[in-house]
Amino acid sequence: MATGTKHVTEQLERVVIRFAGDSGDGMQLTGDRFTTSSALLGNDLATFPDFPAEIRAPAGTLAGVSAFQVHISDHEITTPGDAPNVLVAMNPAALRSNIELLPKGATLVVNVDEFDERNLAKAGYEANPLTDESLAAYTVYEVPMTSITQEVCKEAGIKPRDAERSKNFFALGLVSWLYTRPIDPTLKWITERFGNEGPVAEANTRAFRAGYHFGETAELFTSNFEVRPAPFEPGEYAQVTGNQAVAWGLLTAARLAGLSLFLGSYPITPASDILHELSRRKEFGVRTFQAEDEIAGVGSALGAAFGGSLGVTTTSGPGLDLKSEMIGLAISLELPLIIVDVQRGGPSTGLPTKTEQADLLHAMYGRHGEAPLPIIAAKTPSHCFEAAIEAVRLAVTYRTPVILLSDGYLANGAEPWRLPDLSAMLPIEPGFASEPNHVADDGTPSFQPYVRDPETLARPWAPPGVPGLEHRIGGLEKADETGNVSYEGHNHETMVRWRAAKIAGIAKVIPALEVDGEDDAELLVLGWGSTFGAINAGVARARDRGHKVAQAHLDYLNPFPLNLGEVLRRYPKVLVPEMNLGQLSKMVRAEFLVDAKSLNKTQGVPFLAGQIEDAIMELLEGEA
Amino acid sequence: MTTAIPVTTRKDWTSDQEVRWCPGCGDYSILAAVQMLMPDLGVRRESTVFLSGIGCAARFPYYMNTYGMHSIHGRAPAIATGLATTRPDLDVWVITGDGDALSIGGNHLIHVLRRNVKMTILMFNNQIYGLTKGQYSPTSEVSKVTKSTPFGSVDRPFNPISLALGAEATFVARTHDMDRAHMQETFRRAHDHNGAAFVEVYQNCNVFNDGAFADVTGRDVRSSMLIPLVHGEPIRFGAEGERGVVQRSDGQLEIVNVADVGEDALLVHHEAHADPGLAFALSRLASGPHEPTPIGVFRAVERPEYGEEMSRQIVRAQEQRGVGDIEALLRSGSTWTVD
Repeated sequence: MATGTKHVTEQLERVVIRFAGDSGDGMQLTGDRFTTSSALLGNDLATFPDFPAEIRAPAGTLAGVSAFQVHISDHEITTPGDAPNVLVAMNPAALRSNIELLPKGATLVVNVDEFDERNLAKAGYEANPLTDESLAAYTVYEVPMTSITQEVCKEAGIKPRDAERSKNFFALGLVSWLYTRPIDPTLKWITERFGNEGPVAEANTRAFRAGYHFGETAELFTSNFEVRPAPFEPGEYAQVTGNQAVAWGLLTAARLAGLSLFLGSYPITPASDILHELSRRKEFGVRTFQAEDEIAGVGSALGAAFGGSLGVTTTSGPGLDLKSEMIGLAISLELPLIIVDVQRGGPSTGLPTKTEQADLLHAMYGRHGEAPLPIIAAKTPSHCFEAAIEAVRLAVTYRTPVILLSDGYLANGAEPWRLPDLSAMLPIEPGFASEPNHVADDGTPSFQPYVRDPETLARPWAPPGVPGLEHRIGGLEKADETGNVSYEGHNHETMVRWRAAKIAGIAKVIPALEVDGEDDAELLVLGWGSTFGAINAGVARARDRGHKVAQAHLDYLNPFPLNLGEVLRRYPKVLVPEMNLGQLSKMVRAEFLVDAKSLNKTQGVPFLAGQIEDAIMELLEGEA
Repeated sequence: MTTAIPVTTRKDWTSDQEVRWCPGCGDYSILAAVQMLMPDLGVRRESTVFLSGIGCAARFPYYMNTYGMHSIHGRAPAIATGLATTRPDLDVWVITGDGDALSIGGNHLIHVLRRNVKMTILMFNNQIYGLTKGQYSPTSEVSKVTKSTPFGSVDRPFNPISLALGAEATFVARTHDMDRAHMQETFRRAHDHNGAAFVEVYQNCNVFNDGAFADVTGRDVRSSMLIPLVHGEPIRFGAEGERGVVQRSDGQLEIVNVADVGEDALLVHHEAHADPGLAFALSRLASGPHEPTPIGVFRAVERPEYGEEMSRQIVRAQEQRGVGDIEALLRSGSTWTVD
């Protein structure tokens, strides 16, 4: 080992690193590996993969830039960080499209090899920003990542063009040194992923080591940094993304219910990873069906539910539009069905890879007729696990379709997750009908499919196969109890009210809304879904500035917890931040006549903690 | 433990619901044919499911004393796919019409056929929209004058048999509502097929399209206008079997007088050809139900059934990896312990 400068290792409480490069540069993989090493080191963390819809936009262009932001810390954090402390830019386009995010004084590590005339022109730079003083406010490290990678690979007989593809591992190695990450997990992972031998594993290994050694030996960096483990509750932890957690939650729920899982789905960003994850878990008995379209996805799931399986469909906004009619049928049939909507920017094709929360009103009202169903929203990547199980519990117990709302940010974002104690989880009881529930006037027993449980108002779930329980159901209005077709007006109203009362009655079994904060707080911040992290951090900052601010987060959007009205009226002011134009705020204003203020963002990226903080401060001090 | 299948009669398969099709509708005879066939199929009521979409035909499940679902327009094959693949113990029937199956549900139909999911699909073709009171359908002839086409339709119709063969269906047949014995034999064959079986049933809508098939199914013309397809037999028809089908040297099929060409020149029907080409040519023999029209089984081939293949993958995964363990699943990535 060459003797380099003796470096000082400085302690940091937290750091936000953003890796940015071309779509083909492997930035998601780089960020993901850095995240894993940090998780294994015991940091708390939150990630934000931010990539374009195009698989490979023209190389070197702004449209093709893919980024991955990770926030690591020695204390609990809930967001991927408002602004990066370090930006790793693999080319001029990556620099140009991310530099605005970087606060003055931050660190910039650039792959100087890519800053040639051609790439500068593609990124729209007239002058080289590395030489024109425009980056004077930053600490800039110019590192020849491509050429060193090619150099170290040449010794192993790997051609420069092939070696070039490993430059992201050089970047990973360099940043791993800069933040004192262990190198063994990554070296082991390279071997597992790319095979023990062969040029790819060799090139990646060499590039990774070269990056690490470069940090150590090049007299460029005066110090490196350490972010110590965060104080986690004792237990076993895994790193999990939202989509993974939904898939695992569904498998767990199926086990808790003793049902076989059937997923009918059509590929759609950003939900497809749930289909992928379940498709590779066939040993759990899960049947995954890639349908011909979104309608067949939900239709097959409903058919499976009719047969007594746990029927699930996964989708995003455009798919939810298409599934609406089938969801209405499921409401009429009163069969359990799970619809997972991983929201993205809309309307229409919108922003396939960018996050938004604008499907709430669609989930709530997007069907013809009076067609209520329960809605559950996940708030963090790991909470997707619990939320999926809860969705199944409600669907099975109340014989109803349930919409589970996730979003692009939760789907791809990762966080450490303390593994749950499975043995403590309550079973889910399908309670299949097993015998006739009615006796005709002449004494013959019969089965009436729409006789309701007095407690839940749910009808019996009677899959085919049981003699004496043969029955017909359908989308035409049914006579109360017998389920025969009925066009009679008063019966229709009875059925409309039964269906409404059944869903409204779920409020009796869901937990009361918990409030974090004092009763005499000046302001309540009410959120739902993935804004949880940013709201949490924003509220903490406002409290640090001496304000009494309360925070509550809704996991159940329909029905609302029974105490929501009381909670809302407890505080003089209510702020509802949402990644839409005010959908939850519209719902609570309509339901509870409270003057909730809406804070909106529809830029395809999550709120920053600072934006929440500013809105709180404005509401508290703006009028003063 | 299996118990003997109880002996049943038509009455056991008939629900208590009043049948509400128009008097004289062809659907009545199809319903009767199915209800009377069921006791002979060796199946149980509780293991039988009739599924449908929307349309006159789609009311069918309400009249069968089995499990049933009247779903939404065109989607029954998709719903049936979920049911049939998760419940291989069930007999799944899909009752559909020309609008339901070929217009709004066309996509589901072709995909269920190509996948070969085990279900029996009976498509009642009356070449009209009946339930919405008389608009032209995807099987209506060109220039059809209806409420929605007062100047005549300009769409070219689908030939349902050609479409099913084009989707590589493994079982494709045609029958008609005037011949109970032929319906029952065709339905029985379709039911016994291991895969997706598609049966087109010529069905008279006496209110909105009366007599659409009279040129070929009328009692007096039937023998000269319907060409029965019998596996392994030369294709011939007419009261005395005086006409037949030959394949010309250019590959095209042609109807000839048997006396002119000799019996040995007739095309022998083979429903199990791997290549659906000849079956397709037979489906094109008549351009509409006004010319001699083949009925019977066009194609019946064996191909792996979709649900069985799906189950096989599960069994294989469980053999190789053991039955899935949730605890292990949650630890399948990197994990670490905090003390």
